[in-house]
Amino acid sequence: MQTLTNRSVVASDKKMTILEWIYIPAIIKGMSITIRHFFRKKTTISYPEQKREFSKVYRGQHVLKRDDEGRERCTACGLCAVACPAEAITMKAAERKPGEEHLYREEKYAEIYEINMLRCIFCGDCEDACPKEAIFLTDRIVESQYKRKPFIYGKDILVEAMDLRIDISARQTEAVYQFKLDKRFAHNK
Amino acid sequence: MDLTTLIFKTVFLIIILMVTLIVAMYSTYGERKVAAFMQDRRGPNRAGLFGLLQPLADGVKMFMKEEIIPLTANRKLFIIGPSIAMTTALLTGVVIPWGGTLTIGGHEFSLQIADLNIGILYVFAMVSIGVYGIMIGGWASNNKYALLGAIRAASQMISYELAMGMSIIALVLTTGSLSLHDIVAQQHGMHWNIFYQPLGFLIFLTCAFAETNRAPFDLPECETELIGGYHTEYSSMKLGFYLFAEYINMFISSAVVATLYFGGYNMPFIDGLGLSQNTVTLLGTGFFFIKIFSMIFLFMWIRWTLPRFRYDQLMNMGWKGLIPLGIFNILATGIYYFFTELK
Repeated sequence: MQTLTNRSVVASDKKMTILEWIYIPAIIKGMSITIRHFFRKKTTISYPEQKREFSKVYRGQHVLKRDDEGRERCTACGLCAVACPAEAITMKAAERKPGEEHLYREEKYAEIYEINMLRCIFCGDCEDACPKEAIFLTDRIVESQYKRKPFIYGKDILVEAMDLRIDISARQTEAVYQFKLDKRFAHNK
Repeated sequence: MDLTTLIFKTVFLIIILMVTLIVAMYSTYGERKVAAFMQDRRGPNRAGLFGLLQPLADGVKMFMKEEIIPLTANRKLFIIGPSIAMTTALLTGVVIPWGGTLTIGGHEFSLQIADLNIGILYVFAMVSIGVYGIMIGGWASNNKYALLGAIRAASQMISYELAMGMSIIALVLTTGSLSLHDIVAQQHGMHWNIFYQPLGFLIFLTCAFAETNRAPFDLPECETELIGGYHTEYSSMKLGFYLFAEYINMFISSAVVATLYFGGYNMPFIDGLGLSQNTVTLLGTGFFFIKIFSMIFLFMWIRWTLPRFRYDQLMNMGWKGLIPLGIFNILATGIYYFFTELK
């Protein structure tokens, strides 16, 4: 049989030699391996204090972007919900009233926008589908919770605050933007 | 025995009990740290500085857990089992010489609670009773896994006690005494018994692993095939007692090994320094504990290195390997002393 690596060993049940039968050389060999590991540098990352460096395009917790004047970009078109393979996104659209122009960019906006983080598989299709550059995945980790309810993130968590804007420039480069404009590659045709 | 000696013995007894419990407690912490380090992890480090409060947290957890006695179990025996395991584990410490003699206000106090002239046999007796704790617990649980674990523990204990006895007989041939105090006194300087009885030491060490039911001889527990063995049905602090008794046994076994083969509280080259009697005694006790902790580390090192033996391998090794070796060791020692007549 052809082997994939040169490390494979043919197993057999041959009689043990005397050296093998007294176990001691094998035990000492094993113990020397464990003691070397004992003094080796630990690979653990003490998570909350110390964070692993993520890839630039890591897909973590979502953000609903505002434009430069602080208006929500999302128009509740529902394309993200359609694109979502896990059916994690639900929303309810509402009409912008006069006097709310500083809050919402277009006449329609999402009154309720919820992502169930337990369903979400962080594929990034919502971001891909969004025609308004409103939703993006970020390098933030979705926090653990004791109950299921808090995992349904509403607009209070998802929409970015103007004083704490989330940087998505690593994901939304010019090349990516051009690619998204080319609808030939879109998932939801 | 006059009153001062009595008071000293009582205080010393309490100190030894506390030390035993604390060392056993921190052995659980040490075990987890050693395991973690050998697997390139960090181990418990959240409770307190470096996770030093972890044993306390574990203890609280054990007490808070729901205590379940199965309906089909024998209630009395179910409670007696862990009690025996714990009691016998704690009883062994009294014959171990923890140090030389202290002179306080003109009185000489020996740092050994009871200098029995059959010290080793006492240790053996206590360890043998310890297996009753496991057997009764496993039997009373009325559970096939627990019973299998108990049977394994009993047969393993019997097989390995024999070989252990053989190694001790050879040791007694060289020292000429069963008293642990005399055995330590004879190893003064660098005359440690390990240099005279290397084979006996190996046999004794192997049997000590088997007697304490630790890997690679932890067949009575065997999480993978017996889901915990004799303590399958146990919960809460009764389970805690079993686990804790194992750590106490490990501490006591380490102390016995250090006493018998590594010169106990004797320190090499201490005589040339011209220190006072009390300082030498205290240093010796400290050195004894260093030896004990090294032995405990060896126990853990072996546990996290070796896989568990299969049951037939265990029995083969005990009856076909260690016992003949032990007899050979006795013969060789006997012939040597017959012709040289050293002692």
